[in-house]
Amino acid sequence: MSAVPDRVHATLRVNGEDQQVSFAPYKTLLEVLREDLNLTGTKHGCELGECGACAVLVDGEPLLSCLELAVQCEGRDIQTIEGLAKGTELHPLQAAFADHGGSQCGYCTSGMVMTAKALLDKEPAPSRERIREALAGNLCRCTGYQQIWESVESAAKALREGKR
Amino acid sequence: MNAPAKPREKTRFDTIGKPRRRVDGRAKAIGQTRFADDLVLPRMLHAKLLRSPHPHAIVESIDVSRAQAQRGVHLVLTGAEFPVPYGIMPVSQDEHPLARERVRYVGDPVAAVIAVDEQMATEALQLIDVKYRKLPTVASPEEGLAKPEPRIHDYGERGNIHRNQSYEFGDVEEALARSDHVFEDLFFYEGNTHLPMEQQASLASVEGDGKLLLQSSTQNPHYLHRQLARVLQVPAAHVRVIATPNGGGFGGKCDPGNHEFVVAKAALMLGRPVKICLTREEVFYQHRGRHPVLMKVRTGVSNDGRLTAMHLQTLLDGGAYGSHGPASTFYTGVLTPVTYELPRFKFEACRVFTNKPACGPKRGHGTPQPRFGQEVQLDKIAERLKLDPAEMRLRMVTQPDSLTASWLHVGSTGLAECIRKVVEMSGWKERRGKLGAGRGLGLACSTYMCGAGVSIYWNKMPHSAVQILLDRSGQVTVYCGATEIGQGSDDVLAGLVAESLGIDPGWVRCVTGDTGITPIDLGSYSSRVTIMMGNAALQAAGRLRDTLAAAAAEALDTLPDRVIFSQDRVFAAQDAGKTMSFIEAIALAEAKFGTLAAVGSYAPPKPPGRYKGAGVGPSPAYSFSACVVETEVDEHTGWVTVPKIWIAHDIGRALNPVLARGQVIGGVYMGLGEALMEEQAFRRLPPKLSSALVHRNPSMLDYKSLTSLDMPEVEVALIEYPDPNCPYGAKEVGQGPLLPVMPALANAIHDAVGVRIDEIPITPDKVLRALEKKEKGEAPRVGPESFPSVPYPAPTFVLPPWEGGDGNELKGQEGRKAA
Amino acid sequence: MMRMPWFGWQSPATIAEAAKILAGEGPQAMLIAGGTDLVPNMKRRHQTPATLVSLRRVAELRKIANGAGLTLGAGLTLTEIVDSAAVREKYRGFWQAAAQVASPHLRNMGTLGGNLCLDTRCTYYNQSLEWRKAIDYCLKKDGETCWVATASKRCVAVSSTDSAPALISLGAKVKLVSAQGEREVAVADLYKNDGIDYLVRKPEEILTEVVLPDAQGWRSTYWKLRRRGSFDFPVLGVAAAVKLAADGTVEQARLALGAVASRPFLVDKGGEFLKGRKLTDEAIAEAGAIVASRAKPMDNTDLDLYWRKDVVGSFVGHALREIRGDDMRAMRMRIARQAL
Repeated sequence: MSAVPDRVHATLRVNGEDQQVSFAPYKTLLEVLREDLNLTGTKHGCELGECGACAVLVDGEPLLSCLELAVQCEGRDIQTIEGLAKGTELHPLQAAFADHGGSQCGYCTSGMVMTAKALLDKEPAPSRERIREALAGNLCRCTGYQQIWESVESAAKALREGKR
Repeated sequence: MNAPAKPREKTRFDTIGKPRRRVDGRAKAIGQTRFADDLVLPRMLHAKLLRSPHPHAIVESIDVSRAQAQRGVHLVLTGAEFPVPYGIMPVSQDEHPLARERVRYVGDPVAAVIAVDEQMATEALQLIDVKYRKLPTVASPEEGLAKPEPRIHDYGERGNIHRNQSYEFGDVEEALARSDHVFEDLFFYEGNTHLPMEQQASLASVEGDGKLLLQSSTQNPHYLHRQLARVLQVPAAHVRVIATPNGGGFGGKCDPGNHEFVVAKAALMLGRPVKICLTREEVFYQHRGRHPVLMKVRTGVSNDGRLTAMHLQTLLDGGAYGSHGPASTFYTGVLTPVTYELPRFKFEACRVFTNKPACGPKRGHGTPQPRFGQEVQLDKIAERLKLDPAEMRLRMVTQPDSLTASWLHVGSTGLAECIRKVVEMSGWKERRGKLGAGRGLGLACSTYMCGAGVSIYWNKMPHSAVQILLDRSGQVTVYCGATEIGQGSDDVLAGLVAESLGIDPGWVRCVTGDTGITPIDLGSYSSRVTIMMGNAALQAAGRLRDTLAAAAAEALDTLPDRVIFSQDRVFAAQDAGKTMSFIEAIALAEAKFGTLAAVGSYAPPKPPGRYKGAGVGPSPAYSFSACVVETEVDEHTGWVTVPKIWIAHDIGRALNPVLARGQVIGGVYMGLGEALMEEQAFRRLPPKLSSALVHRNPSMLDYKSLTSLDMPEVEVALIEYPDPNCPYGAKEVGQGPLLPVMPALANAIHDAVGVRIDEIPITPDKVLRALEKKEKGEAPRVGPESFPSVPYPAPTFVLPPWEGGDGNELKGQEGRKAA
Repeated sequence: MMRMPWFGWQSPATIAEAAKILAGEGPQAMLIAGGTDLVPNMKRRHQTPATLVSLRRVAELRKIANGAGLTLGAGLTLTEIVDSAAVREKYRGFWQAAAQVASPHLRNMGTLGGNLCLDTRCTYYNQSLEWRKAIDYCLKKDGETCWVATASKRCVAVSSTDSAPALISLGAKVKLVSAQGEREVAVADLYKNDGIDYLVRKPEEILTEVVLPDAQGWRSTYWKLRRRGSFDFPVLGVAAAVKLAADGTVEQARLALGAVASRPFLVDKGGEFLKGRKLTDEAIAEAGAIVASRAKPMDNTDLDLYWRKDVVGSFVGHALREIRGDDMRAMRMRIARQAL
């Protein structure tokens, strides 16, 4: 049986910066981001992979940080909501969510925005159906999703028009 | 000294009615909003609760010694530390933060561990030894009526009946007897829960001055503050509650929670910050959601489709504690007469304790259940009388500035316009009945309060208060106890103040939901915030405007009532060339009058009903909604899909149309989820083998809520007839639009395949069963088959306004006969 | 927050190395790939392995190889399966199954091998430790009674994999590798109808790849029943693969069911019935009835169990109609809520 250490030390690349971090080995990426790196923009709603609130991008793909063991993340490129804006200038998705009702209570917003970013990185002009499919792993209890779809469409348009 | 002349009220708006980024939108979009579990303090400890594995048991002993000795554990708490009970309503103080002698549902907290981290606290919970003596359980209100012993609580009406009441407005049996038709229907509405995305979290600490600070995801910091002082037995002035932005509430964060008292107590005992965050499963146990309600509705109708009288009976499954139950019980009936003219009305309601998590207020609080029953029954009436369901409703909507049989005052109403609008948008007249096999349209209407007319505890003070401070920099700081739960209350506050002062909302800083700093607001419930906070804000802003106008008038060579506030400037009405900046006006006023601040407050008007119980239901205004749902039903499987929903909502005025529309769609979403799949359901294991009574689906996977792929497009019309009691005419929008969705779906299914599902949720197995009955020639209906014998009390009898009543109860049979 | 228990961690780079670790550590070690099944289970203390052996670094598990058929590494994510043009074009039923697993994020994480080895599910089992304590546990884990069928000596937890019925209908095999050697097993033979001991795979074996036979002349489809368009496990999966002659006569047919027993299984009689017939409405209805008679849903998952049995015939009908060439897009949209 392999010995279980109290802490593991790792270098995680988060939002383009290498972060030296030491954490209990049972921790998921979600726990390390929130508790050890103070990146509380990433939320949690179930911790069992059933809601999408904790979605972050790992190597560009939206993953659930509540199911991703932090020890598996060394050497991978992790992007969270905190890394999306350029200085004080919001990413078009962030601006659109704020302007078009995509965010009400704001709790699902980080996961939604990160998931939408991965979609728009691959598909600059997704149909409403594609947006609905891509966001099907993110529950929202406030909006009824419609203003989220509209926010993503608005941001896609802004991005296509070179607003970033 | 004469009061200064008032500057004239605005007729054109700079901010109101225009789509605008909500004031908290940026922080939310960049992940900077700090929800309760995002807060971290130095030396912070973590708490976890040990919960009962038994649905009903006596706690014989608790041994915490092993847990206490565990590495990393700082404190173990039990019920012994909490002698004082609590409860959101003064009449149901029946909970303890940790159980003292009795546990009443699986999940009832019995002990708490405070440790260095959550993992250690969780591990130590396993080391607490609790000895329970199991008791017989009650799983349903029918069972609770049949089994008065053992009592789940030693208070209440009798046996396991928590609340039992009866009201009659005019002689209903007499009216039914002379009606052309009497329709009698049974309906059932299963319980469901709020499922906010954010799990409840609280951080308690002792501030530098030695006073308690609790930062918590609560919708009602004021009520929590009062309860904390009571339960912890500390002066209320030594307690401060900050409502952190709620990651969704929907009513689920209205009650004080066990966890809030536990961390507060622990912080006071340890002198260190203590945080707790519930797991998703624990959120299902905290619950306080939609009551399961069985209903019997007897309605008299004339040949031309007008209502003559209604006798409504409800039976509520209350769960294990009182919670808002006394109010919930009223709400399963009191708003029923608000939508349509109803000459006489009798309403009997009974709430029974059961060994399940307590039910309470969820979006629409108690009213979606009877609204479902009534609106489905109206569809049946229209069908029988061969009337168009929309036309029939249009002919009997309540009139503006009228009274109901139960003495509720209906002020403004746009219900007729709502009906006409959804009929037009959905192509109701052209498309209904012509969509082809398995497809249908259904319509339903509803109403909701714009704030409860009476506070949860009796007092004559304001329900909401706002204080505004003007700084010579131009910064406008607005203080109010109101709580941002995602609905946009901060945005409403900023928008109203900005409009009133003629400045951009960006000048306004909102400080809200902090009982240590902000003036009172009762909380984010009963759709009261826009109206009550809004009126208070306009009063405060108006007072400041008077002051500014008095100072500016001289410089502008005009009279104070001729000063106009707009576009960050102050103008003389007769000459737009005479103007100064808002900041210049502040400087003049500050020089003349000293520091500029004003308060405003609001209390709802006194309701016309004067009988005991008349306090539940009155509101300064009512919103109205009408909805059409389109559905497709597969006749082989009963599978139901909803391709489109149209809704019109009478909002009075949309302050920020983006948010208003978002609230409407969000309400429709939640209503559709309830209609199709959301269920707070329980399993009782075979009693011979086990006494277990457990939540069937306490997870986000098993509690089904609509995903992005399941939600249809919603077309929204906002009907704007400004209400004189409301700020710039704005009524509520947070709850009303949920209400018509469930009955509209049931009615659409009938239109599609000719079956009645008189039960929520409408699952495909129920539809298929009804289709099979139809095939066999049986009554094509699935729903409750019987209503138990409920020992309702003799009614409080009140004459309706049009029968010579004065709003008081007529005592005894004599008075009734005299009537 | 729900948290994992403590565990040791190994991250081998090759299958051989992983097999060696498993052989050395014994049953107290468990494999982890995407983690979408095991991590929630560990958080709820269903499994508390002393050691987790991660397959993430094993490049061999991520290959896609074309031959007579198609070989897919078990470590490919479900998203990678869905993105594979070869899968989409030749093995439509499998593609449709993979595309409907869980949610987009879970498909980005979860692997093909993980979906095939998915733990069986039950509403009395997929609950927290505290919840299970409240029912005094159950037969599958720590208890003595199956609360779904209290007289049953066998655990009736339900197989909830989408990819397995599709792969069974397509005649696929898997490769199992251990330190002792390797073997091939038909996916149809990978499962046992026992909610506890549901796989023939031994604890020390690694499921390394899936081998699909040549699909020339075959048409396949998968129809999944679940409450929502996302997240939910199947409460019924109907997979069909049919080889049609030029005139529309069925030369061979394989119909498989998922989520109605502790294992996915082939309904031989359904395929045999169709052989030599054309896919007429009558033949489809009869095949539906034959297949439906084999479905034994239990009250341990979402939706009413009698209804779930009632609709099996209809779902077989959807599948065979789609194979016949009917335009099923509207029905697919209503059931799956997405075009597939």
